[in-house]
Amino acid sequence: MTSTMVVLSAGIVVVLLAVYVSWRAGRLDRLHIRLELAQEALDAALMRRRAVVLELAGSRLLDPATSLVLAAAAHEARTAGPDEREHAESDLSRALRAAVDQERFREKLSEAPGGHDLLEELDAAVAKVVYSRRFYNNAVAVTRTAQRRWLARTLRLAGHTEYPRFFEIDDNPPATMATE
Amino acid sequence: MKVGIVCPYSWDMPGGVKQHIDDLAQALMAQGHEVSVIAPAADDDELPPYVTGAGRAIPVPYNGSVARMSFGFLSAARVRRWVRTGEFEVLHIHEPLIPSLGILACWAAKGPIVATFHASWVRSRAIAVAEPVLQSALEKLSGRITVSDAARKSLVEQFGGDTVLIPNGVTVSRYTDAEPLDGWGPDGATLGFLGRMDEERKGLPILLDAFTTLADERPDVKLLVAGPGDEKDVYERVPKRLHDRVTVLGMVSEADKIRAYHSVDVFCAPNTRGESFGIVLAEAMASGATVLASDIPAFRRVLGDGQAGALFSNGDSAALAREAGALLDAPERRAKLAAEALVAVRKYDWSTVARDVVRVYETVTMSGAGRVEEDL
Repeated sequence: MTSTMVVLSAGIVVVLLAVYVSWRAGRLDRLHIRLELAQEALDAALMRRRAVVLELAGSRLLDPATSLVLAAAAHEARTAGPDEREHAESDLSRALRAAVDQERFREKLSEAPGGHDLLEELDAAVAKVVYSRRFYNNAVAVTRTAQRRWLARTLRLAGHTEYPRFFEIDDNPPATMATE
Repeated sequence: MKVGIVCPYSWDMPGGVKQHIDDLAQALMAQGHEVSVIAPAADDDELPPYVTGAGRAIPVPYNGSVARMSFGFLSAARVRRWVRTGEFEVLHIHEPLIPSLGILACWAAKGPIVATFHASWVRSRAIAVAEPVLQSALEKLSGRITVSDAARKSLVEQFGGDTVLIPNGVTVSRYTDAEPLDGWGPDGATLGFLGRMDEERKGLPILLDAFTTLADERPDVKLLVAGPGDEKDVYERVPKRLHDRVTVLGMVSEADKIRAYHSVDVFCAPNTRGESFGIVLAEAMASGATVLASDIPAFRRVLGDGQAGALFSNGDSAALAREAGALLDAPERRAKLAAEALVAVRKYDWSTVARDVVRVYETVTMSGAGRVEEDL
């Protein structure tokens, strides 16, 4: 084999490798974008739920004890640091269940002026927390698998992005709300 | 919202998935959304204005059955053009694991993509071999929906991840008005059953035992049974002297099914387990029938703990006979339960299901994910 041939085939191998690596890097990049969007959607859904609960608590449509339980839980969730966030959001879900699953809660609230809209907003906010968290955790799982790949690790294709964390909370909706 | 929906199966063939897509599209449009559906269809097929044909469907054996699907260069090009020109805010693909338009759309598009998985399957070699291809299609999905626990289990076991469950809907208005079957009609003495006759968990044997008890006490009580299966199984379980009071219709058409619901006084759902939702129950409720169901958790929930239909202790044929007799004796209670049922079933109407699906759309588009674009 002449030296030109050797150089040529080495060149081809290098080019193919480069194409492969850039394809894998592009895929990882896409997954990171999807993860970021899913994270933003999850944050927005959680924020929305806290806001609706606070509005409900301050609406004077509920008895003072229920209002207090909801307001306290929403406040805790809003002010929780990164380490307590999952706990606080789970507590908010529990407080909501305790409030909404009271006897005739939904009927009473829908009869009050403005209550029906608030209830609908609450239903949507609760459902979207469930949906966005499932979708976020899905994105985390896929991204983790891709980052753990040998090629991604060795060539540090993920760059400085962190190893993503699952978001684990109790987000079960009130029983009277669940359509499942 | 501008939504593009991908249907994997031929539009001119009746089927569960196609019906689901049509119902969903109409419910979305009724709520003011703009919908475009792409489905396998020949160029000279009559299609509703919101459906785009992607070329003729070919019958192909896949995963144990034969389905009519579209694939190949022509279909791929049409899907690509539909994605490019559609300017959709969200793309909703049905059955993306089937070698048809769904997977083609996964390749051709990027942006906010949602998929619904309908079928459940047994982990198979065919799917295992294709896993890398399917996995890369699945990676593009921002949101995944399953219609049943069984579908969810199949998906999660083979591909991991999680899904949200949004069960099928019932178009309530389709069931509310119908004539009883010829020679039948609620006469204060008719019990009904609908479902697979040969499937143990649908509970037909329990009902037949209860009917035997009841029929001996009441000379006018009749039973109407509809659903796939062998009528021999039914007659073998009932004493000969009662055979002329049990009518087995077998498989019935969609229209006759609705008429059957309208022909009975008490619709019995003696299912012993395994119902995640009970579409039959919802259909009976939408038809205005009085329902008597086993107290399994799914039915208890649908019937609002007995508010919208009577319950009997699961598996207990004596309790079923007792409860059915009490209902036949109380026309006012029957009317009240049926009226409550019509209210309760609204929760399972397509409009409610569509609302949940829209929430999924809103979740994946919430963070400025942009529009659906062609993936070059």
